[in-house]
Amino acid sequence: MKKLLIALSVSAAAMTATVANAAEYIVDTKGAHASIQFKVKHLGYSWLTGRFNTFEGNFDWDKTKPANTEIEIKIDTASIDSNHAERDKHLRSKDFLSTDQYPTASFKSTGYKPTGAGTGELSGDFNFHGVTKSITFPVSQVGEGDDPWGGYRAGFSGSTTIMLKDYKMDGPLGNLPVDLELYIEGIRQ
Amino acid sequence: MILNTPNRYGLVAIALHWLMALGVIGMFGLGLYMVELTYYDNWYHGSLEFHKAVGVLLALVFLARLIWRQLNTVPTGLADKAIANKAAHWMHLGLYLVMAALFVSGYLISTADGRAVDVFGLFSVPATLTDRGSQEEIAGQIHELLAWSLAGMVALHALAALKHHVINKDNTLKRMLRP
Repeated sequence: MKKLLIALSVSAAAMTATVANAAEYIVDTKGAHASIQFKVKHLGYSWLTGRFNTFEGNFDWDKTKPANTEIEIKIDTASIDSNHAERDKHLRSKDFLSTDQYPTASFKSTGYKPTGAGTGELSGDFNFHGVTKSITFPVSQVGEGDDPWGGYRAGFSGSTTIMLKDYKMDGPLGNLPVDLELYIEGIRQ
Repeated sequence: MILNTPNRYGLVAIALHWLMALGVIGMFGLGLYMVELTYYDNWYHGSLEFHKAVGVLLALVFLARLIWRQLNTVPTGLADKAIANKAAHWMHLGLYLVMAALFVSGYLISTADGRAVDVFGLFSVPATLTDRGSQEEIAGQIHELLAWSLAGMVALHALAALKHHVINKDNTLKRMLRP
């Protein structure tokens, strides 16, 4: 019992420490106020868009201390959805995502450089198809404030462009730039 | 000649048998080939469209064959041993079952997103179950597994027919060639 109490107080102290650093937000995937989209040119003639339906994440954000921003996102790669079952099946296969072998993609921030009010450069390790690369891309805050249901929310967007061949997807589409767009809303804990 | 007799297969049964043999072997080869095509290959889309359309037609031929089989006598097996005739019979049922499951699983891949299967622009088969995300994956794995199973069963079935022809020197193969 004593041990349990000590453990509880230690973990409570640890939790307080995190909260003091920056407010923690959980990405609102439950209410689907977040999405991870991709966009790729079809034959160079048009845009094809799709998204990953299943992911989760959390971030630390404090507008008075933006340099302390941290974020971590985990994506279920098999949840890829381009609104076409046959294409999605091909995208999950060994020709592209190999979702059996690499079921999860993740992004974990390593730094954030504020560049203006609510804008910044986010750096982090992007693990995709078994390859981890350090990437940096611009993000911007959309807004933050109380929601009508007693909570507090903050939302951001950011986008980056990758080449599939950089993540060992070397097929004939390896040289096509793929835009990844992140739209997230977090609920403050 | 048209209908089966207790000893012979009729013209219709023979025609249906070889039509499906051609279809099944062709579809197996096409299936293996088309999944290796990459996006910029000429026949990347066409091969799949063709595979699906032929699949629907083959399913219709399959239904016709089942009905024909029900309406007709099934010629008795020519093996000496009862167990060999029984094995052949179970193999035939197995072939029917696996073919039926192949039609269903193939259909479930392509219709998982609610799209219909178009048959050469003549008509289309609408989607029913549409559990997008997992359906095309599960149905796809089953379809591939069944395709290989059917290929193995067809090989056994053909080898057994050849064995009857070459070793037993009976009419098994010949009566499937001539009514």
